[in-house]
Amino acid sequence: MIHWDHLPLWASLPTAALLVLGGGFTLTGCLGLLRLPHFYQRIHGPAITITLGTGCILIASMLLFSTLETRPVLHELLITLFLLMTTPMVSMLIMRAAVHRDLRQQHRLAAEKESPIAVYRDIQHQSRGDRKTS
Amino acid sequence: MKRLLPSPLLSLALLLTWLLLNQSLAAAHLLLGSVLAIIAPLLARPLQPHGHARLHRPLLLVRLLGKASLEILHSCINVSRTILLARPTGLNSQFIRIPLEMQSPHGLAVLAGIINLTPGTVWVELLPDSHELVLHVFDLHDAQWWIDTIKQEYEQPLMQIFEGSPA
Repeated sequence: MIHWDHLPLWASLPTAALLVLGGGFTLTGCLGLLRLPHFYQRIHGPAITITLGTGCILIASMLLFSTLETRPVLHELLITLFLLMTTPMVSMLIMRAAVHRDLRQQHRLAAEKESPIAVYRDIQHQSRGDRKTS
Repeated sequence: MKRLLPSPLLSLALLLTWLLLNQSLAAAHLLLGSVLAIIAPLLARPLQPHGHARLHRPLLLVRLLGKASLEILHSCINVSRTILLARPTGLNSQFIRIPLEMQSPHGLAVLAGIINLTPGTVWVELLPDSHELVLHVFDLHDAQWWIDTIKQEYEQPLMQIFEGSPA
């Protein structure tokens, strides 16, 4: 049973501020998915959500529950650790999958004759992950 | 001792994780955690073809991670501002190549982690022939600046940490 009335002001104010801040950064990361036109640009948005967005919310959670239960609650450190170890791998996998998908399409044109970076230049402005509307 | 504890640091980290997971310092958890910390690395050993990482300069790693966190914070704010305020058509998103000298797989893994956690940069691949890193940059202004920063701020310290190369 959590007694919310026992939460002192000095803990509730920073908790609220951190939650709003974390929510704002998470929203910004998601807005990136919505606003950016290119697949290779959209992949940069979620990094904000993961680092600052989740970070603020986890700090708020640690502060709130440590105060309420009057003992250090540190589970959140583990969540942070696991997130920081797994998200880079996921974004790398998604990036490589997209690049290989685009390269396969470009393969006949460029891959056999030119250096790999020339192929990258070709897929720079077009990915099969792009929206059709542009 | 060496056979039983191939990587004392890894075992210590596992024990700490176990204690944190259980939120307890009771003797039973300490004992169970210690057993796990000894057995898990031995069982997982065949999954690590490169062996356990050896930290030549642990303090430098701590300092590097601290500096990387500040850099991540900084980029977060920059990229957020770009997403919220700038016109997305004006962005100069580019793939660039950065020649790397580091061979240590552990060092490369840490470098990939730092780069991918920093908003605005994503590690694409390490070209096998030239040992060059292909990096995707969200809004590129100066390719040479990226090459210098990655090499001096991150690659050099990581080589000192994981390969023991002189400073």
